[in-house]
Amino acid sequence: MALSREQVAMRVAQELQDGYYVNLGIGIPTLVANYVPAGIEVMLQSENGLLGMGPYPTEAELDADMINAGKETVTAIKGAAIFSSAESFAMIRGGHVDLTVLGAFEVDQNGNIASWMIPGKLVKGMGGAMDLVAGAQNIVVTMTHADKYGNSKLLSDCTLPLTGVGCVKKIVTDLAVLEVREGAFHLLERAPGISVEEIQQKTAGKLVITGDIPEMVFN
Amino acid sequence: MAGFNKVVHSYEDAMAGLQDGMTVIAGGFGLCGIPEGLIARIKEMKTKDLTVVSNNCGVDGFGLGILLEDRQIKKMVASYVGENALFEKQLLNGELEVELTPQGTLAEKMRAGGAGIPAFFTATGYGTPVAEGKETREIDGRHYVLEPAITGDFAIVRAWKADRYGNLVFRHTSMNFNPMAATAGKITVAEVEEIVEPGELDPSQIHTPGIYVQRVIKGNFEKRIERRMVRQG
Repeated sequence: MALSREQVAMRVAQELQDGYYVNLGIGIPTLVANYVPAGIEVMLQSENGLLGMGPYPTEAELDADMINAGKETVTAIKGAAIFSSAESFAMIRGGHVDLTVLGAFEVDQNGNIASWMIPGKLVKGMGGAMDLVAGAQNIVVTMTHADKYGNSKLLSDCTLPLTGVGCVKKIVTDLAVLEVREGAFHLLERAPGISVEEIQQKTAGKLVITGDIPEMVFN
Repeated sequence: MAGFNKVVHSYEDAMAGLQDGMTVIAGGFGLCGIPEGLIARIKEMKTKDLTVVSNNCGVDGFGLGILLEDRQIKKMVASYVGENALFEKQLLNGELEVELTPQGTLAEKMRAGGAGIPAFFTATGYGTPVAEGKETREIDGRHYVLEPAITGDFAIVRAWKADRYGNLVFRHTSMNFNPMAATAGKITVAEVEEIVEPGELDPSQIHTPGIYVQRVIKGNFEKRIERRMVRQG
């Protein structure tokens, strides 16, 4: 069966490593913070200027001056640092953030990503997404494998205006985990109960399948 | 007002000199860390044809959003503007021009503007609509876009504490764009929660040195929360 949003987040959380600085985008990526594996420590970066983002505040801790990049009230953990937007994007653009997780409309086999603009619909803006994809060492995209009409979001070439070029390394969808390299999607894992044939059928770009593809394992 | 005493006692004085057609850089991220009283004063002044540079444009009825009500903004330079219906309407009517700018590029444009750097190369936006019409260059095998700096006739910022020299300290994540905005205004006005005596701010803890700030005014802030999230505690 296709993964739920929470399961996608759980699978992405397996990409976290001890000592990682991580930026989580809005939506499914935000949920990843709930599934940090036991025994490892990661530091969450929020691009409005917070390194060491904590959970939502209690009623007593609520503070209008303490928000995350989604403009939600948050807390800072012990050992956090707060800084300006320029400093924040120096970290991001300078490649100091170890892992960025963000959503997308489309990804193509060359690692291009489209996530901010659908022509004909009102464009709200790219926020920090273009800086994040240009700067991160390691980008994981979360999205559904196909849209609600069954059209693949993993394409040979993105059709929508791009957010960044050649930057996506890994994709976790509701059906599969894929690596993007050498101009192709490489199938690494499939969701429990999802066949390789279904993934193939819902992947419009070049898909490389090597050997038996294991099912994802959730602890 | 003499020497280094930058404190003004009225919003009239704080925004004196703002004229139609000027560029105003505003600090803040969403509704966090915005100079509420200075924005309200611009609305009162009915100044028109402004170019406003800020990460966002407030919401309907609050923050920079109130400057849309009387069509005071001609052009908005921002990274994300989805929070207000009036903005959408004016954009679709062609009453408002928007230059969408990646958030980090926007911060760096302000920083560069204040630091005397006319433009800079960044990988952000290469190969996207943001790079259209801009000079690009390959440096060590990677592609970059040339982005011009931004300066403003005015910069309006919100700080936590200030002294009469204009030294500023920001509180928590309300810092955001405020330090860069403060450097990039010909006239920078800081609206602050508290004005303290010189010497009370630790010199090594000052975020914005007073040299960047021309006027300081003590404000009263509503500090509206845009997305109130709490956990059971």
